[in-house]
Amino acid sequence: MHDKTLRELAASLEAGEFSSRELTQALLGRIDRLDGELNSFISVTADQALAAADAADAARGRGEAGPLTGLPLALKDIFCTRGVKTSCGSKMLDNFEAPYDATLVEKLQAAGTVSLGKTNMDEFAMGSSNENSFYGPVKNPWDLGAVPGGSSGGSAAAVAAGLVPAALGTDTGGSIRQPAAFCGITGLKPTYGRVSRYGMIAYASSLDQAGPMARTAADCALLLGAIAGHDVRDSTSVARGVPDYTATLDDSLSGLKIGLPKEYFGEGLDPAVAEAVQAAIKVYESLGATVREVSLPHTHLAIPAYYVIAPAEASSNLSRFDGVRFGHRCEDPSDLIDLYKRSRAEGFGEEVKRRILIGTHTLSEGFFDAYYTKAQQVRRLIRQDFLDAFEEVDVLMGPASPTPAFDLGANKDPVSMYLQDIYTIAINLAGIPGISVPAGFVGKRPVGLQILGSHFAEAQLLNVAHQFQQASDWHLRRPDFAKETA
Amino acid sequence: MALEQTHVQRAAHLARLALDDADADRYLDDLSNILAMVDQLQGIDTTGVAPLAHPLDATQRLRADEVTEADQRETFQRCAPAVENGLYLVPRVVE
Repeated sequence: MHDKTLRELAASLEAGEFSSRELTQALLGRIDRLDGELNSFISVTADQALAAADAADAARGRGEAGPLTGLPLALKDIFCTRGVKTSCGSKMLDNFEAPYDATLVEKLQAAGTVSLGKTNMDEFAMGSSNENSFYGPVKNPWDLGAVPGGSSGGSAAAVAAGLVPAALGTDTGGSIRQPAAFCGITGLKPTYGRVSRYGMIAYASSLDQAGPMARTAADCALLLGAIAGHDVRDSTSVARGVPDYTATLDDSLSGLKIGLPKEYFGEGLDPAVAEAVQAAIKVYESLGATVREVSLPHTHLAIPAYYVIAPAEASSNLSRFDGVRFGHRCEDPSDLIDLYKRSRAEGFGEEVKRRILIGTHTLSEGFFDAYYTKAQQVRRLIRQDFLDAFEEVDVLMGPASPTPAFDLGANKDPVSMYLQDIYTIAINLAGIPGISVPAGFVGKRPVGLQILGSHFAEAQLLNVAHQFQQASDWHLRRPDFAKETA
Repeated sequence: MALEQTHVQRAAHLARLALDDADADRYLDDLSNILAMVDQLQGIDTTGVAPLAHPLDATQRLRADEVTEADQRETFQRCAPAVENGLYLVPRVVE
């Protein structure tokens, strides 16, 4: 049963082939046997999971089951969960049990899902390899010598390894799409504001967005419907109706206009990744789509603009970790300033400190206009590139990452790590949705096709991704690591 | 805009991060490399381009100034390192 999609599991539960408790126990067993090697979970919440499974089975018995009732999943450890450790991958919050639930968590619970635990991640979502976690790196189930991507690396690896059929992640510069690509699963970053950020620990508030990670686009559609929508507790969540994302999955792609941004196929792209992406685009042509080249001329400025804007917002957001109200506090502070400084120096890891320092510097007197204002102006130019492109085509396609998953420990230098996100970061700056779907392999390591749409075009992206998955079988491949007999 | 040791120390103080000299040297190198990459922005003409703070150009929503949250002081203070009589404890600030 660990091989099934959410849709298949829902059908099995409905048919009485097994109960949610049996399913939950089977997956907890797999986590127990396999995750020591993988390290994809920070906390496994077996007792709560079994209680939720029993409640789901009881609801089904009363004829009150919805489409997600009794389905297991995992939550990135960035979502506050009442009474459960919510670490955000940081020593700072190693002792933090959230006193409330994130809106996304509340919604998933109300839908009857069963959370098995909290997944590993780069500390405060800052990273592209999951190597920045206080709880150690996660391994890629396709190749244990490779990273799973980041920052939602634990969520991606857990799904790929068949420990859960789906997981929730967050994406500030590619943190859903790149690990989905590296782990051979499907991951959607919705439009900024589509999903409430309430209770999702903030990294860069104008970029952060939560979304589903699963084996198929159809499963992502199911989950997005459950988590999307306006929330009075997040003033940036958008008051706009939530369509039934599953209703349009089977729409024909005949006449779909696909744009290929030439900047996404240039220097630095691994030829084997390019080949896989081109093969996927051929599949779309066979489905009736037309393809043309487009240009996003400011693409090369996305990473520079991001590394001003995101650290600036992070330096402000992370000022709340002060050693006073929650989180790590240093021993024997001599005075209040010493308490702040040592608590923060001890609680934060290297990459987090690096970004706080960059953000503090670029926002400081004498540097603000040259860096922050400039980056915000360039952000508008980057968004305009996409708005112009969507005047000409319906969706954009390209690789999710210039290479397949790289080796653990391969990118020691911060800037070389940042440059890995060349194809994902501009999407957050523009606020548009993007999805990565499995599109082949380079050796043992998966390749992701990234599909981008205009603001609030999630239904279209899911339809376009689903149709590819009806015509290809990359999403059905499973790593040897997941194939234990149990 | 070359970064200097004093900039790193100033940022660390403003951000309330304890740094020793070895840390500061390491961060000076890292931050200099990051800012060198960021400096590509300086070559772009952005005259007349309005800064974009929110990807949907939304403005802050307002609501009536009404109390909507229940008092949960005890719950919220349960995760604090040190509290007494409902107050957060810190080292003495005023002698």
